[in-house]
Amino acid sequence: MSVKSYRQALNEAIYQEMERDERVVVMGEDIAGGMGAPGEDDAWGGVLGVTKGLMPKFGRDRVLDTPISESAFIGCAAGAAATGLRPVAELMFVDFMGVCFDQIFNQAAKFRYMFGGKAVTPLVIRTMYGAGFRAASQHSQCLYPLFTHIPGLKVALPSNAYEAKGLMTQAIRDDDPVVIFEHKAMYDEEMEVPDEAYGIPFGEANVTREGDDVTLVAFGRMVNLANEAADSLKASGITCTVVDPRTTSPLDTETILETVSETGRLVVIDEAHPRCNMATDVSALVSQEIFSDLKAPVKMVTAPHCPVPFSPALEDLYIPSTAKIEAAVREVLGKGH
Amino acid sequence: MSGNIEPILMPKWGLAMEEGMLVEWQVEEGDAIEKGQEIADIETTKITNAFESPLTGQLRRFVTMDGETVPVGFLLAVCAEEDVDDATIDGFVRDFKDNFVLDEAAAGAAEPETVEIQPGQSIRYMTMGSDSDEPILFVHGFGGGFDNWMLNQEALSEDFQTYAVDLPGHGGSTKQIGDGELATLTDMLQSFMSAMKIGRAHLVGHSMGGGIALDLATRYPDQVASLSLIAPVGFGPDINMEYIDGFITQTRARKLRAVIELLVDDPTGISPDMIEDIIKYKRLDGVGPALELLRDKNMPAGQQASALKDRLDDLVAPTQIIWGRNDRIIPASHAEGLPDRLKIQIYDDTGHMPHMERANEVNALISAIVKG
Repeated sequence: MSVKSYRQALNEAIYQEMERDERVVVMGEDIAGGMGAPGEDDAWGGVLGVTKGLMPKFGRDRVLDTPISESAFIGCAAGAAATGLRPVAELMFVDFMGVCFDQIFNQAAKFRYMFGGKAVTPLVIRTMYGAGFRAASQHSQCLYPLFTHIPGLKVALPSNAYEAKGLMTQAIRDDDPVVIFEHKAMYDEEMEVPDEAYGIPFGEANVTREGDDVTLVAFGRMVNLANEAADSLKASGITCTVVDPRTTSPLDTETILETVSETGRLVVIDEAHPRCNMATDVSALVSQEIFSDLKAPVKMVTAPHCPVPFSPALEDLYIPSTAKIEAAVREVLGKGH
Repeated sequence: MSGNIEPILMPKWGLAMEEGMLVEWQVEEGDAIEKGQEIADIETTKITNAFESPLTGQLRRFVTMDGETVPVGFLLAVCAEEDVDDATIDGFVRDFKDNFVLDEAAAGAAEPETVEIQPGQSIRYMTMGSDSDEPILFVHGFGGGFDNWMLNQEALSEDFQTYAVDLPGHGGSTKQIGDGELATLTDMLQSFMSAMKIGRAHLVGHSMGGGIALDLATRYPDQVASLSLIAPVGFGPDINMEYIDGFITQTRARKLRAVIELLVDDPTGISPDMIEDIIKYKRLDGVGPALELLRDKNMPAGQQASALKDRLDDLVAPTQIIWGRNDRIIPASHAEGLPDRLKIQIYDDTGHMPHMERANEVNALISAIVKG
């Protein structure tokens, strides 16, 4: 056990799985750096350094720098997965999915179904998401609801370094295509992470706080904001249950329904745009299944329905904050809070 | 004039403890208190427990009040004799607060280490206390770890050198447990003693660790100075398989909590962090198969496989047996009908974890047998 960053935890998971299983390969743009050109090898390790150190250890045959063509290398990874390898492909920013969505949702996601269950596609797509990086509207989106919508894909959103290592390990060992969403503002966040390999099962939510008054369901980086809000509200005598579903597909509906039944109140926190996102999905689930247990209308805390602004002041305003979560909690509790 | 002023500080119970909440003082300002007397309840993120006074004296001032959370090493109260005036005590408290450095208090904390007993097989252990020829060696039970002794190891390390291990298949130790037989774990523990150059030790074993300690004491009698067996296996066929199977299979905090609550008489002291640590341990590669193998080999058909009771006749080391009357894992009735020369202590209102539930009393028993 030692203190590791989110970045180191992801790197360690990939490293240990590559050591354990030689079918695991990684590919993407500049994930090592310098392939086929003079200059420094392993200079990059991906744009934010997650895969640094893999190429010197495992060699160019298993760590592939690809051309800048997402449709080519994501398609390549899907085919390699269907024919015996276990590729981990880095789709840099999720905003770039537009050029390779056919490879993902028409091909990788469908193989198992189209081939009558006889084909498996153990493909992992790593991708960065999220605002707060001053990277504007084409490098800051939270597009996980789009992937969650597609049957045949699994979608994981690790909310800290411990989760990152366990969910990445689980993704590489899974026989279906998994998209891992890494929030770019979290790479330097540190915590105790076991040195040994471990997987965290998909579809098992983590209840990070237990309280009586309101249930907060939050996704990815928003889990940390929800925890902060819950801790801060405690001083006012308001106790919250916080649920981190960990994966949006599969979704642990059981834990969500059980904890919302107990408190009777729900605030969903989602950094994605408010239409057809995880917040609407969870709100619909709760309204449909346990409407009679609710003591107050469900409240959503999300980004607004507009592109991520480039203006730093507007970007800060755009992202859900602890203050907005606390205000939502007080609102569902009604007057007097 | 602070020579006869003595501070009482927030204790450190276990590796992860950084701060503690003083739930409630059990004494009043002005009371004469004695070393070993329970003076307050302290809650950590893992557990709530009675805090024993580290000294004898007159308690003059509470510094940390009921409900307050302070870091490990922070001032809880001040003891001083009658002739020390209030102003002097005020000055002492002010000086303490001014000079208190958080990191300094935490820096003295021991960290666990590892040692190889065979190539590729390492054992994690925690050692505390100054060197001695015959240290205390704590051996935890099924699914446990060195941190199970958080309320015992540090307290006893004031007077003795202590080791607490993670058994093979557990915590930070190798997850390879060979054929999974109890005797195999005993041999691996003996290899640990050799690797650490521990010639002879006072063994304290809990549950499965109690069986291992007893096995070691009869097969390697020269290496065991005394035996303290806490709710040990091997004294009868009964074992609660609802607990064993639940421990192995439950992956959700709430369902696992219901299982873990079987361990103790009063479950309110079990914190969410303790449950979370068990879940994290169970996720490590190799742990699931190791626990299943231990179950299948040592508890086939829902009963204990090892009958170690007859070995008591061969024991040369002084031995004591400690049990909780309300043990819901291995019944305390297993302590009945044992040879008269053994010291047997059964605690009322106590479950399978007397070393946590009755930490101060169990520590006194261990201290007594070690001192001879």
